[in-house]
Amino acid sequence: MESVEQKRNIISTLWNDKEKRAVIIQIFSIAGLFALVWFMIGNAISNLDALGKGFSFDFLFQPASYDINQHLISYTSRDTHLRATIIGIMNTAMIAVAGIILATVVGFTLGVLRLSKNFLINRIVYIYIEYIRNVPVLLHILLVHGVVVHSLPNPKAAMTFNDSFFLTKRGFFMPSPDFESAMTVVWIALAIGIAFTFWFRRYAKRVQDETGKIFPVFLISFGAVVIFPVLVYFLAGSPITWEIPVLKGFNFKGGMVVRPEFLALWLALSLYTAAFIAEIVRAGIIAVSHGQTEAAYALGLRPGRTTQLIVIPQALRVIVPPLTSQYLNLTKNSSLAIAIGYMDIVATIGGISLNQTGREMECMIIVLALYLIFSLSISSVMNWYNKRIKLVER
Amino acid sequence: MSDSREYAVGTHPDLPPPLSTSGAIGWIRGNLLSSPTNIILTVLSIYFLYKVVPPSLNWLFFDATFNGDSRQDCREASNGAGACWAFVKHRFHLFVYGFYPVEQRWRVDISFILLPLALWPVLFDKVPYRKHLLKFSIAFPFIAGWLLIGGFGLTPVSTDYFGGFMLTLVIGVTGIVFSLPIGVALALGRQSNMPVLRVICVTFIEFIRGVPLITLLFVASTMLNYFLPPGTQFNLLLRVLIMVTLFSAAYIAEVVRGGLQAIPKGQYEAADSMGLKYWQSMQKIILPQALKISIPGIVNTFIGLYKDTTLVIIIGLLDPLGIGRASLADTKWTGLTTEIYVFVAIFFFLSCFSMARYSLYLENKLHTGHKR
Amino acid sequence: MSEAQTSKMAVSDETVIKIHKMHKWYGSFHVLKDINLDVKRGERIVVCGPSGSGKSTMIRCINRLEEHQQGDIIVDGVELTNDLKNIDAIRREVGMVFQHFNLFPHLTILENLSLAPIWVKREPRKQAEETAMRYLERVKIPEQALKYPGQLSGGQQQRVAIARSLCMNPRIMLFDEPTSALDPEMIKEVLDVMIELAEEGRTMICVTHEMGFAKTVANRVIFMDGGEIIEQNEPNEFFDNPQHERTQLFLSQILAH
Ligand SMILES: Nc1ncnc2c1ncn2[C@@H]1O[C@H](COP(=O)(O)OP(=O)(O)O)[C@@H](O)[C@H]1O
Ligand SMILES: [Mg+2]
Repeated sequence: MESVEQKRNIISTLWNDKEKRAVIIQIFSIAGLFALVWFMIGNAISNLDALGKGFSFDFLFQPASYDINQHLISYTSRDTHLRATIIGIMNTAMIAVAGIILATVVGFTLGVLRLSKNFLINRIVYIYIEYIRNVPVLLHILLVHGVVVHSLPNPKAAMTFNDSFFLTKRGFFMPSPDFESAMTVVWIALAIGIAFTFWFRRYAKRVQDETGKIFPVFLISFGAVVIFPVLVYFLAGSPITWEIPVLKGFNFKGGMVVRPEFLALWLALSLYTAAFIAEIVRAGIIAVSHGQTEAAYALGLRPGRTTQLIVIPQALRVIVPPLTSQYLNLTKNSSLAIAIGYMDIVATIGGISLNQTGREMECMIIVLALYLIFSLSISSVMNWYNKRIKLVER
Repeated sequence: MSDSREYAVGTHPDLPPPLSTSGAIGWIRGNLLSSPTNIILTVLSIYFLYKVVPPSLNWLFFDATFNGDSRQDCREASNGAGACWAFVKHRFHLFVYGFYPVEQRWRVDISFILLPLALWPVLFDKVPYRKHLLKFSIAFPFIAGWLLIGGFGLTPVSTDYFGGFMLTLVIGVTGIVFSLPIGVALALGRQSNMPVLRVICVTFIEFIRGVPLITLLFVASTMLNYFLPPGTQFNLLLRVLIMVTLFSAAYIAEVVRGGLQAIPKGQYEAADSMGLKYWQSMQKIILPQALKISIPGIVNTFIGLYKDTTLVIIIGLLDPLGIGRASLADTKWTGLTTEIYVFVAIFFFLSCFSMARYSLYLENKLHTGHKR
Repeated sequence: MSEAQTSKMAVSDETVIKIHKMHKWYGSFHVLKDINLDVKRGERIVVCGPSGSGKSTMIRCINRLEEHQQGDIIVDGVELTNDLKNIDAIRREVGMVFQHFNLFPHLTILENLSLAPIWVKREPRKQAEETAMRYLERVKIPEQALKYPGQLSGGQQQRVAIARSLCMNPRIMLFDEPTSALDPEMIKEVLDVMIELAEEGRTMICVTHEMGFAKTVANRVIFMDGGEIIEQNEPNEFFDNPQHERTQLFLSQILAH
């Protein structure tokens, strides 16, 4: 009787002491977590045993025996599942990079147009953005894919520009470049142009600091990186021959091809993400108060300079964090590739490999780990960047 | 105009602005033609509208066929120039109810009718008898669950028959209802000063947010059964619901964390100094404020979740998109993909756009609430 | 500085700002009505009037932050039109200080001050920074040069804003309620700086309700109401013997404080 009373007392003092209570809660939550994990692993082992499967990644080194039509490095169906996975990773990376570039360009353009004083353009962009944002991305992917596959002509009746670019339901065919030896000169010119730009920017800043003279830095950089190599290209006698795709039988041969799945996924993902980026950009620019531009104008700065020196640096601080999370979203959304048969991570290791080998557990672990590694590395870079810009602010 | 007359000091009347800067001409000048770039943009916009609007309207309405029994009928009616809405009309019940047994559809109807009633007191604060209605709102998911699944006097209906908009709503509503408390708990855990809890919550949140939903759905459909006691039969829809709930809980946790962080330190200190226990101060002071700030973010998360319900077609559930694609197997209607996509897109646009507007309305209300 | 001394400060006959029959509308709202105002070089004008009477709008028309729809504004012999060159020229001659300072938060104080000299006047950085430091000393905060605006008090920020305008060496300074966003204890530090500026003989137009300041430095006080200039007079007359009944009412409200 007495000991029970005592016990109760001990418990209540422990429970009422804040720190001790915290320790108890934490011990219990660890214990609970371990019990859950233990339970799940135990189940998994007995389930796998019952199926006679075991847990091993050996299958990665067996032949995949399925085809992947888009591969940056060589691949045949005799290659291993591991190589198929690597192809999948590359394809995911490719769609992500291409998507991020297009989404950024389109998103920034739309965001700026959304702020235009022009009533028509403003409304059109608004409606477009709202339409895109409020329809599921999977639907966009299927719609664009449907348009590409169903509405574009057969190779025989291809839409063509200049008889060297062909848009068909089998993909977008383009000439592929064949570099002659004289091309080296052009590459060197390009390298020189880039190096010059780096040097010139610093030089221009130094001259401005010392004498006040302002160079048209953008124009000169553009000239050095674009116009100069192009000139050299023509002076060197245009050392690229283009292999133009030609219709052979039912399809085009030669040249480069952007496959319809890639095209559809790329357009749909970029346009979808662009709508979100546009809103982020708009909000970022609006966040720079009107007073800032007015103060700059009152000091005599032109609108262009005001944008360059006052608006952009401040807007970027607001824009970059949500922008990176849009990039992450785009990359994660690229996993919807499987709906139209683009061979990304999910469709290779998480799809066909999984079905062929029956190794659900191993395959899904690989897929999840790949996405996690990618997301976590991006978000740690983002956190670092956010901290850095915060320091400058205060 | 004004410059022709003199007025005594302090008696100058309000005059209309000069015509060149007001009225239709002024408006056009100011909004469409104010600078060379502006003029170019105007011309481009008009050209774009001319190219896009009439053909779209023709396809959607004027050349479209609304009645018929097969694609052939549509072709004959409009020469294939417009949409074949006859198809959607013909299959409308499928889009709404999925394969829910015909004689039991009244149960879905009642749920559809009760839903807005349950939402009303949650969405707006000037509702008569709000306190009582809110109790109904909390009970609604369970009532609807009972109605739809059956048992306890109603004929049981297998969830395999769920589909169409009804499935979208089931996943969406279940997801938001259950992810909200879990999300709040995760957010509190992440903010707590107990390192173990914090680590567990952060790991969970970051894991979920780091992977695409589709991989989680794959986990649900391929791998989850391994972790359950041998022989457990586990309904696919239920597995999906669990995954969707955990998924949006992680996102809601981040939204709520934002709300918690936005609350001034003074509030926490005030609660502490009043001698309130942790749960009391959370319940009475911190959470109500934090949730209020977070509502627009929560609504946005919900819009995302709602759109993401379409992903379930990839693991074989039949939401409207899936129903549409399945219907195409019927040779009478083959090839009408665009109609299906456009129809489903319109459905999602209408519902998501109104939710987005609602969230905007809340945000504006919040901001005016803070101003004096 | 006594009143006698201040009023002795030279005011030339040259007109630097001429506003003639100027009207402005916001949409269909007639905000400025038949504004006529001549400002002589070296003149110091205080503009007062009830909130919403159009004071800010009027002085913002002078450097074209707002566009007027009728009448003429001529600043330093240059007429304000849509011509960008004219606008540029006028903005170099006219400095402006805002109610909410509007310092650039992403730049240090020194960068705030040297920005316009470097990018508008194309001065070498060193020279611009020397000028900047000189003006920072004049507003008595040289030690803050490397801080960011967010780290300064309101009074300090406003003094930086004044110094920032001065770095362009404008002939005319516009002030739009420079002290009304400040805590009382900081008002004086800003007013002191402004009084010093007035002593230099710079042309100033200042929207303010600081009547002490008006009495000490102004040559002329202008009262606006309902978008019109109701009354203007030299300070003693204006305060002791207001003519218009609206002026009397306004002054009685202000002085009752
Ligand atoms: N950008 C604007 N658009 C429409 N009305 C404005 C705008 N700015 C000011 N107003 C209106 O013009 C009137 C005069 O404003 P303002 O010049 O700021 O007055 P004051 O500075 O004398 O307080 C006010 O009624 C104000 O509401
Ligand atoms: Mg004002």
